[in-house]
Amino acid sequence: MASWPILSVVTFLPLVGALFIALLPEDEAGIRNARWTALWTTLITFITSLILVWRFDPASADFQFVEKHAWLGGNINYAMGVDGISLPFVVLTTALMPISILASWTSIQLRVRDYMIAFLVLETLMVGTFCALDLVLFYLFFEGGLIPMFLIIGVWGGPRRVYASFKFFLYTLLGSVLMLLAIMAMYWEAGTTDIASLLHHSFPLSLQKWAWFAFLASFAVKLPMWPVHTWLPDAHVEAPTAGSVILAAILLKMGGYGFLRFSLPMFPDASAQLAPLIYALSVVAIVYTSLVALMQEDMKKLIAYSSVAHMGFVTMGIFAVTAQGVAGGIFQMVSHGIVSAALFLCVGIVYDRMHTREIAAYGGLVNRMPLYAFVFMVFTLANVGLPGTSGFVGEFLSLIGTFRVNTWVATLATIGTILSAAYALWLYRKIIFGKLEKPNLFNIKDIGLREIAIMAPLVILTIVFGIYPKPVLDISSASVAQLIDNYQHAVGAVRSAALAR
Amino acid sequence: MNVAQLPNLLPFLPEFVLGVGAMALLLVGVSRRADTGHVVDAAAIVLLAVAGVVIALLPAGKLITFGGSFIVDDFARFLKILALLGSAAAIAMSLDYAKHEGEQHFEYSVLIVLSTLGMLMLISAADLIALYLGLELMSLPLYVVAASHRNSLRSTEAGLKYFVLGALSSGMLLYGASLIYGFTGTVNFAGIAHAAGQGGVGLIFGIVFLFAGFCFKVSAVPFHMWTPDVYEGAPTPITAFFAAAPKVAGIAMFVRAAVMAFPGITSQWQQIVVFVAIASMALGSFAAIGQRNIKRLMAYSSIGHMGFALVGLAAGTSEGVQGVLVYVAIYITMTLGVFAVILSMRRRTGMVESIDQLAGLSRTHPTMAFFLAMLLFSMAGIPPLAGFFAKFYVFLAAIKAGLYALAVIGVVTSVIGAYYYLYIVKLMYFDEPVGKFEEMPYELRVVLAICGLFNIFFFVYPAPLVGIASAAAHSLF
Repeated sequence: MASWPILSVVTFLPLVGALFIALLPEDEAGIRNARWTALWTTLITFITSLILVWRFDPASADFQFVEKHAWLGGNINYAMGVDGISLPFVVLTTALMPISILASWTSIQLRVRDYMIAFLVLETLMVGTFCALDLVLFYLFFEGGLIPMFLIIGVWGGPRRVYASFKFFLYTLLGSVLMLLAIMAMYWEAGTTDIASLLHHSFPLSLQKWAWFAFLASFAVKLPMWPVHTWLPDAHVEAPTAGSVILAAILLKMGGYGFLRFSLPMFPDASAQLAPLIYALSVVAIVYTSLVALMQEDMKKLIAYSSVAHMGFVTMGIFAVTAQGVAGGIFQMVSHGIVSAALFLCVGIVYDRMHTREIAAYGGLVNRMPLYAFVFMVFTLANVGLPGTSGFVGEFLSLIGTFRVNTWVATLATIGTILSAAYALWLYRKIIFGKLEKPNLFNIKDIGLREIAIMAPLVILTIVFGIYPKPVLDISSASVAQLIDNYQHAVGAVRSAALAR
Repeated sequence: MNVAQLPNLLPFLPEFVLGVGAMALLLVGVSRRADTGHVVDAAAIVLLAVAGVVIALLPAGKLITFGGSFIVDDFARFLKILALLGSAAAIAMSLDYAKHEGEQHFEYSVLIVLSTLGMLMLISAADLIALYLGLELMSLPLYVVAASHRNSLRSTEAGLKYFVLGALSSGMLLYGASLIYGFTGTVNFAGIAHAAGQGGVGLIFGIVFLFAGFCFKVSAVPFHMWTPDVYEGAPTPITAFFAAAPKVAGIAMFVRAAVMAFPGITSQWQQIVVFVAIASMALGSFAAIGQRNIKRLMAYSSIGHMGFALVGLAAGTSEGVQGVLVYVAIYITMTLGVFAVILSMRRRTGMVESIDQLAGLSRTHPTMAFFLAMLLFSMAGIPPLAGFFAKFYVFLAAIKAGLYALAVIGVVTSVIGAYYYLYIVKLMYFDEPVGKFEEMPYELRVVLAICGLFNIFFFVYPAPLVGIASAAAHSLF
């Protein structure tokens, strides 16, 4: 289809930019050029990824723009391709990168070159994760992202950065190595690690269960699901603003993407049997972490816990395996990618001015920062899931998708949406409303041009997707339909075999 | 009746070159008193390179000579080249050190060449006698170079410790070999394989003692005790040498003996290797956490790495051996690269060995810090660096062989081990600098750059190494 390897270009373009920055001298001009190079690289990558959207055929459920080259031998190849499930995440990644770079424009003053290199390398690894069509290649990108993120948290992070970066790294690594063993077992069973062929391979049930748990170990940590979410608040609080943005908006989505790409289609019988476990964990995540969020004194920590709660909707919707549930899960991830990124940016804006994230240190900002108050309101409401914002569509779809399968779970999860309204509005009231009493806030400035440029696209996307979610749903619909078809078919086959016996 | 027929010497040519060359270097060194160190060092590197070329030029296929006790196959070619590379790099890395410490002895390079000769013979050994000859030829020069700083208490202590424990392990190995000979009636690997049949208690005893000797040489738990002390006490370039080439030869003899001599009773010796691998991986990761001396830390790290390499052998299959070979090749590059940095940890007051001295290295020496960080991530097995592929292949084989418990324990210990590698990265990148090191010598830069770039870019085109290792592994089966 594509005469040139467009996916490889999108994936490795940021790496080229990183190499270029590495050659720049470390002086005033070099630092300025590093910033601009990073911005332009991410913008060009974004535009290239738009070509993907433009030439993507949403009617087809197959992998598109496929590239395949011999790599490790023994049926382990360099294979890239996207379908309706992965394409939204690719574009989400490339779209948020320029925003993250802009968000770090002035707040990062220390070792700017290294910072930009780390981000560009991270972008390559993230895009690669979503494009990889080979399990080993996927693992390579998936795990490789740990190195730049470890450095981003550790070098440019807050006071407890060492603890947070180690916890992030070791937690994620421990989950992933088990997945690696499952990948190896699948390789010996199926003779290949090609994802496209593995989607049609039926593994024996015993292997399915073990592999399902191994993949769960990895994705549950990454997503994160309760009770292995504890690394996330630490990592978020300590990471620099752009690091939190990428962490919340994209790295977390790798977990949900993994469930959709691997757990459901490759281990359908295990998924069907173990879905109640996921429901239980999701409901606990939604209700419990919402309650925890209510108690937070740090803005970033509150948003981090709300992320865990929102990811609960994603897992719940995905494992309902209904058309609405899966589509809702995907949409919720995209929407959360935009909204949580924007919320962390909002925190970053006041943090840059006041150098504190303590909720109690703020109050009455609406008097000095009306524009900021508006922007923050849009995202707070989107986080709550108010109709008309993108947050509503995702939550609503996953809830109806689940309702058809398990009424109790859906009902309990609905309580979570009420709680999310409680903590999000409470946060908003504490920070924005009230009297402007703190003397050091008297001179705080409203958002400037650069910050408006960062926020405007996010505000527009949140509202547009809230009113007209069709573009995202259309791209993924064919792939989702096929995923559910194959799943029902596989599970149905096992059921009828059991009945025949 | 042609009694005095000369055996086919062609397969032995590389060893012959090294042996004659070493004698010649000795003569040069003795006859030219002043300022010979440098000439001999350079000549030794050239000699090792020539031996490598000769190995590459040997006719393809399996060459057997000396009545079946010396064998050159793809397995031997692969590991011999690795051993030569490790030795040559070790000599190159010692040049600057010797100049600074005023310990320029030409004997040093000659001893390394002789030890390398022993390694080559060991790698090719196809019976127990040849194996023992190669092993001793490799080890004796090692004892001497470990103690080569005659005036340093630590160095002499290291040499003595190494010698006494090495002698003990040789004794165990010989005892095992004699038991095996007693129960099978032959010393030839193929003959033992034929006579071993279903095994038996006596033979198992022999194998246990034999493997104990092997474990000592590759510093696998529970015969690892000498490693931290010798690593710490020996002069640093010697430690770099110990960590690389002899490990290759040790693994080679372990694999060849296990696979060629006892293929029919794999399930019996497999348990030993599984235990040794688990114990080494666990000790390597837990014990290293508390270390503050970087040479001791590298000692525990190497114990852990040998455990990972033995995971491949535990599988006992061709895939397993391929994994071991890939592991050893990548391990060499990681170790040499890290030691290039350790050898550059020199302040005006002299060498420093505490890892705290690396604090803030990313600010004072950004390139050095970057390469060291990549090598450490590689050692921790983080993709896309080469160390990941090393672990990937051994665990792939272990999973195929059904050793699930071993694989799970292995990957979990690798996560624990990641902690101390990360700790060094943290020192270099997160902490405040403690002052600059002296300028890094030219040859160390070259070694570091080659090893670092190899580890970073291995993933782009891994097929050649993997393919060669696969062919080498097949030549054993």
